[in-house]
Amino acid sequence: MVRALAPVLKGLAYGAVGYGVGGPLLAGLVRALGGSFPFDLELATGAVVGTLGWLAGVGVWDTWARGWFGLPLRPWPEDKSVVRYFRFTTDHKVIGIQYLVTFLGLFFLGGALAILMRWELMRPGMQLLTLNGYNQVMSLHGIVMIAVAVAIFLGGLGNYCVPLMIGAPDMAFPRVNALSYWLTPPVAVMLLASLLVGGWDSGWTAYPPLSAVNAPGQVLMIVAVVIFGVSSILGGINFLVTIARMRAPGMTWGRMPIFVWSVFAASLLSFIFTQYLAASLLMVLLDRVAGMSYFHFARGGTPVVYQQLFWFYSHPAVYIMILPAFGAALEVITHFARTPLYAYRWVVGGFLGIVGLSGIVWAHHNFTSGMPDWMHAPMLATTEAISVPTGLVFLSALGTLVRGRLWLRTPMLFALAWVWNFLIGGVTGIFNADVATDLHLHDTYFVVGHFHYTIMGGEIFALFAALYYWYPKITGRMYDERLGRVHFWWTFLAFNATFFPMFWAGLHGMNRRIADYPAALGAVNLWTSVAAFVLGAGFLVFLYNFVTSWVRGPAAGANPWHASTLEWQTSSPPPVENFPAPPAVVGGPYVYGIPRARHAALGAAGGRAG
Amino acid sequence: MHRPEAARLSPHELYNARLGLWLFIVSEAALFSAFIAARYLNLGTQRPAELNQPLGLAITAALLLSSLTAYRAETCIAHGDRAGFLRNTLWTLLLAVVFLVGVVAEWVEAFHLFPPGTRYGTSFFSLTGLHGLHVLSGAVLLLGVYLHGRRGRYGPEDYWPVEGVVKYWHFVDVAWVFIYPTLYLVG
Ligand code: HEM
Ligand SMILES: [Cu+2]
Repeated sequence: MVRALAPVLKGLAYGAVGYGVGGPLLAGLVRALGGSFPFDLELATGAVVGTLGWLAGVGVWDTWARGWFGLPLRPWPEDKSVVRYFRFTTDHKVIGIQYLVTFLGLFFLGGALAILMRWELMRPGMQLLTLNGYNQVMSLHGIVMIAVAVAIFLGGLGNYCVPLMIGAPDMAFPRVNALSYWLTPPVAVMLLASLLVGGWDSGWTAYPPLSAVNAPGQVLMIVAVVIFGVSSILGGINFLVTIARMRAPGMTWGRMPIFVWSVFAASLLSFIFTQYLAASLLMVLLDRVAGMSYFHFARGGTPVVYQQLFWFYSHPAVYIMILPAFGAALEVITHFARTPLYAYRWVVGGFLGIVGLSGIVWAHHNFTSGMPDWMHAPMLATTEAISVPTGLVFLSALGTLVRGRLWLRTPMLFALAWVWNFLIGGVTGIFNADVATDLHLHDTYFVVGHFHYTIMGGEIFALFAALYYWYPKITGRMYDERLGRVHFWWTFLAFNATFFPMFWAGLHGMNRRIADYPAALGAVNLWTSVAAFVLGAGFLVFLYNFVTSWVRGPAAGANPWHASTLEWQTSSPPPVENFPAPPAVVGGPYVYGIPRARHAALGAAGGRAG
Repeated sequence: MHRPEAARLSPHELYNARLGLWLFIVSEAALFSAFIAARYLNLGTQRPAELNQPLGLAITAALLLSSLTAYRAETCIAHGDRAGFLRNTLWTLLLAVVFLVGVVAEWVEAFHLFPPGTRYGTSFFSLTGLHGLHVLSGAVLLLGVYLHGRRGRYGPEDYWPVEGVVKYWHFVDVAWVFIYPTLYLVG
């Protein structure tokens, strides 16, 4: 146990020392010398140095950084057991699983916070939280779930599957990949630790002027999100180079599985736009720790500028979340409809169109913020224009379903539910995008309903489709199909029961981010709360199924779905470096029902460059 | 694939490293663009009359010159001229120090003229600070490359660390080419 956790314990120790030195000690020193060192600054420097300490302890120093100083590296002994998941390991499959487990854990944490909120909202009046306590729970729920939504697909399934699907032995920069993952535990720790210093009450969007003056917990949230951003940026660059450069011989751009394309598109967004999130939060931090006047009202700051910069990232961010979900859902649909993906090229064009448009729609979040009037109409138009590329993705899904013969296993059920949920999410988005209607809908539960239909109904349902689909590849074992179906129907019905009434509540004046509401809205909230508890309980089925099947499920074999793409042409789980010899790709990825068509020839020594 | 660390990069890996660095630079450019945009969004093109223009021009000149010496350092090592490489790297470092000292001198003045709490001071200190941190990190990397170089670490076939650091250095320079007019010239 201690041996397995040695690097993590060392990381924690170094991290604690780093925090102590970079925070309290430094601050004490400066204060002793007569300088001023605000507590906010102490938290920020402590958190940054602490993170560096954590990284050094957990393996960056021993297995990487020593080389920069001309010292010999000290790699951990090779280990094939579960121990390697607690190490600074460069195998993309290990990193993928590390991401998946970490972020599923955070997903359940965020879910527990949601249950707390729904408990509070079950009846008018206050039940178990204080007003400020509610704000903190709501803010933490929001940021945790956003982090999950951004990282779990790219970091988890992207890492695990992309190198396999393009026939590569690993990512282009394996150590940077490990770094991206090991940056995320401090993020989680900081978000939770923020509760010890007053929490923060400004929601996941952290709007100033409130975020420039509230409790010090806000500082930890800012540092955490900026570090998370660094991790996303490094991950995005890694995917771009991997997909551009590590494809097996014959794997042309037009032969890549659609999931790989979606990861590519999402990475294009994340490696550029994440910087605007970092910048807007750093400006808030500068207002707090350096007395600057970006947004601080009393010093003449302009909070609306924050909203512009923040959404310049955070709108593209919703596509960072949803693009891999599009890819995965289409992947599952085409394999389980046993027919080639309909209109493959149009989908690729749609992805790239989304990438292009998502940079010019951000201000649809600011229709009520007092931004210049002339921005309203263009932002309305560009936002609605995104329906075109999104529609292409949709039509491709429908076309594939119409032309195929459907094999209704659990992954396919979740993918079909994705079509339904995302349709509702997208259609309600149009009402948000119309200035005239949004003036009434903004900051109501209508918007809450909209983004839960897109993120939970769209992305998370696609995530479950993908998890069930790739589970046999990742674990080498088959999940229990019956429990999978139970989980599906339970989640699908409870999800719609929870979130659909939110549109109604919003239209009837239920504001978002409030702990209490008029008594007239009691019935709909009671219904929503009860449905939410049922929805939460459904995940226990999923957990039970995945954990027990991993331990004693039947062996799955290399290709239980008889799927054509490369990840299924190697053992389950695949060996280190994935393929005995680089596969030679000779045709498109989905060769169902086409006589003599082949995607790849395995075992041929294709002679990769380098 | 998982070759020993000290071995030099294969041509394929070298290409990957270059591409990765370029993408990193594009991403960093986005960060600077956000802070530059905030300057214009917050206070248009207003600029205080008290700015120390000669000093601003001097540090700009030093930084631009350092790109030239950095370029020469890279070219020298590519042609196997170790002595020239070391000499030019030292010059680059020296100019970097000149630039940083100049920025500190600017800050000392600016604290009285337009402190960070004022609207211009906010953009002035954060842009020069953000850029200064990049210069500092670039200088540390240059120092690392210099020390490794002194021990004969690089040769004409194997100088990716030099190339990478020099590219980063050019980027830091180009960023200043946008920041300098934003702070000193417009308005
Ligand atoms: C399909 C077309 C879509 C349209 C037209 C659209 C439109 C909008 C608009 C106009 C708003 C602002 C509403 C307001 O605050 O008053 C909004 C909010 C939001 N949307 Fe969408 N959206 C779409 C898809 C998506 C997708 C795919 C996602 C995520 C995967 C998403 C996630 C969100 C989130 C998280 C918010 C709320 C942000 C907040 O204020 O906290 N949307 N959407
Ligand atoms: Cu948006």
